[in-house]
Amino acid sequence: MVRRTTWSRAALLPKHRRRIVVTTKTGTPAGVIVMAALLATCTPPGSTVPTSLSHRDSDTARSAASVPAPGSNAPRSRRLAAKRLAEDVDLPRQKLDKSPASALAEDTNLPLPKFEKLRASASADDLNLSREKIELVAPPLVHPHEQVATGGPKIYEVRLVAEEKQMVIDDDGTKLQAMTFNGTIPAPAIVIHQGDYLEVTLISSPANTMPHNIDFHAATGASGGGDLTLISPGEQAVLRWKATRTGVFVYHCIPGGPMIPWHIASGMSGVVMVLPRDGLKDSNGKALHYDRVYYIGEQDFYVPRNEKGKFKTYESHADAFADTLDTMHKLIPSHVVFNGRVGALTGKNALVAKVGENVLFLHSQADRDSRIHIVGGHGDYVWETGKFSNPPQTNGETWLVRGGSAVAVLYRFLQPGIYPYVNHNMIEALELGAFAHIKVEGPWNNDLMAQVKAPAPIRAAQSRPGL
Amino acid sequence: MRHFWTTGLLVIALTTSAAVCAVAFLNPAAPGHAMPDLVELRASSFTHRSSGEFSQDGRPVTAPLMTVTFPYNLVIMRHQVTAAEYRHCVEAGACPMLDRDPVAANRPVVKVSWQDAQAYAAWLSRETGAHFRLPTDEEWAYAAGSRFKDDAIPETIDPGQRVLAIYARDYDGDINREPQPIGTFGANENGLVDLAGNVWEWTDSCFTRRARDERGETAARTEHCGVRVVEGRHRAYMTDFVRDASSGGCSAGAPPSNLGFRLVRDDGGWRPLRRLLVKAQRLGLGA
Repeated sequence: MVRRTTWSRAALLPKHRRRIVVTTKTGTPAGVIVMAALLATCTPPGSTVPTSLSHRDSDTARSAASVPAPGSNAPRSRRLAAKRLAEDVDLPRQKLDKSPASALAEDTNLPLPKFEKLRASASADDLNLSREKIELVAPPLVHPHEQVATGGPKIYEVRLVAEEKQMVIDDDGTKLQAMTFNGTIPAPAIVIHQGDYLEVTLISSPANTMPHNIDFHAATGASGGGDLTLISPGEQAVLRWKATRTGVFVYHCIPGGPMIPWHIASGMSGVVMVLPRDGLKDSNGKALHYDRVYYIGEQDFYVPRNEKGKFKTYESHADAFADTLDTMHKLIPSHVVFNGRVGALTGKNALVAKVGENVLFLHSQADRDSRIHIVGGHGDYVWETGKFSNPPQTNGETWLVRGGSAVAVLYRFLQPGIYPYVNHNMIEALELGAFAHIKVEGPWNNDLMAQVKAPAPIRAAQSRPGL
Repeated sequence: MRHFWTTGLLVIALTTSAAVCAVAFLNPAAPGHAMPDLVELRASSFTHRSSGEFSQDGRPVTAPLMTVTFPYNLVIMRHQVTAAEYRHCVEAGACPMLDRDPVAANRPVVKVSWQDAQAYAAWLSRETGAHFRLPTDEEWAYAAGSRFKDDAIPETIDPGQRVLAIYARDYDGDINREPQPIGTFGANENGLVDLAGNVWEWTDSCFTRRARDERGETAARTEHCGVRVVEGRHRAYMTDFVRDASSGGCSAGAPPSNLGFRLVRDDGGWRPLRRLLVKAQRLGLGA
């Protein structure tokens, strides 16, 4: 890596030449005097020096003045603080300190930071809500949940881990420099009820190379949480938002600039389903119930090809970036798949159901439009925009999935067999991969369909006379 | 030791902070490649708004002002690396080709990533026998002087107000994105040209985040070197392999319109020796 070469080259320099001495204002009382002098002479008119900062500094200067020398019997936290200040002196630097959480928990005797208390008091105490952890599961499965909420709103806690990795996306072994939440494409489905709070701990794997964050379409403000969750590798952030609107909503990474379409096109999206507290209803208010629920995340990939037309493989995400962006600009996907790869939901991985079961399909596409059809089946109730406050359409044939949204479809299977579940642009389905199978067990209904005669040669006498 | 140092610092600060001198730096021609046009700034100290993000008690806070002291003279390119200069490196097979169509030779090279800039610095170092590298954020700000933009925003815990303040801070008006001839944006008090024009400059500083405890002391720090500080009309943070930031540096705020760079020369402890060698050459002692 070029990056490493740089540092090693810097290391070859005489150390004093690499060093910049940085004295924080909180470093020593003398430092404060210097600062005051500099501020008096250097601060351009109109520049912002918040008064709160000055207050804090005079406070911290007092406490810094009592920082004891290393080796004294002072509390460990203070010695640690002194040590860290010393570390500040060396620039440039590359060491990764402990993340805030681990440093606070393991390394120091610092009092519990105030935000922990704030977080607790703003939710469980002030709101008087109970908490529950959701163990997320890999799609197409959805974690266990209530369809009709019992009891009042809760704070549901989930953990999402941003992970950059290479994934195989077809049977030819084409490798994608993928980006995921919790290691899967799509990311897990999360189900809560209206009035609940979702508290998300977003973690970025230390092995990652890029910033990541999360935008929940179901949440309100701050780019759906994106502004408050942008984290570097090895960091975590906690976001809580209130589920005020019902429906199925996409969530995705939104780290800025060209990173946004690239991260989404590399797999970083999932859905949140916010159910009405009293469950799903038809247009007459009749309760609807599902026996199974599946989450299908449709994903377009843009794997670059070499001059011979073969898919290229890259060592790293950085290596793949420029070519992938060029391919994305043409808006012609190399793959359109369900659940991360061609054939992810066929054969032994096909979805299963039984005749008579009501199956709820959640289908998302974070990038581009799709049109879903169940070959041989229908949609009994289709929330085409995915939002349960609108009455569902009935007798669905093919439903549009708007790019950046999710659809909910409830269907009761009436016949056994194999149902292809497709993007009904059949080029995308059969040539590019947007294709799943549903295996349905049960008795055949001859009234709905019968094979009157099996295929056979045309019988001339029964056809047009003269043939 | 600490008192000695800070007293020294005080003296330096009071005597030189208002009189940062730019000295046109004449250089002996190096074999292979002419030394770029450099400006030498005297060792000194200055007040600097730290880059990166700071939090206290789990809430974002304004980055602190720091006193940064350079115990060495800072030798930095007068102008940004030009398209023609970068092309030499590409032709030598030492720098990656750029996506951009050729631009006029006397304009800054743009659509370069941090990694491209690293390749150029390595090549220029080989060609000149000197050691070139990207400046740190502090070095860039020191050289930029009045062209450096303090990016402090009013302290608030309201996420909406924060984003609005950042947006207002980083809005640069309607900038013509087209790179302009060297010198178009004028010189600063140190004689460097085109600082904070329409080409932002990569620095070598990594993105850092520091959590401070209630006493304001650094309790934990994370540093992500896949993202580097970019300096210009406003400070930005950019993934190191990005060449074109124009579609956005962050999800809120205005993106840098172009990415370019200028380098500093590390003179190291051997500069006097080098001068001695040059003198020796002049006296006919060398090859």
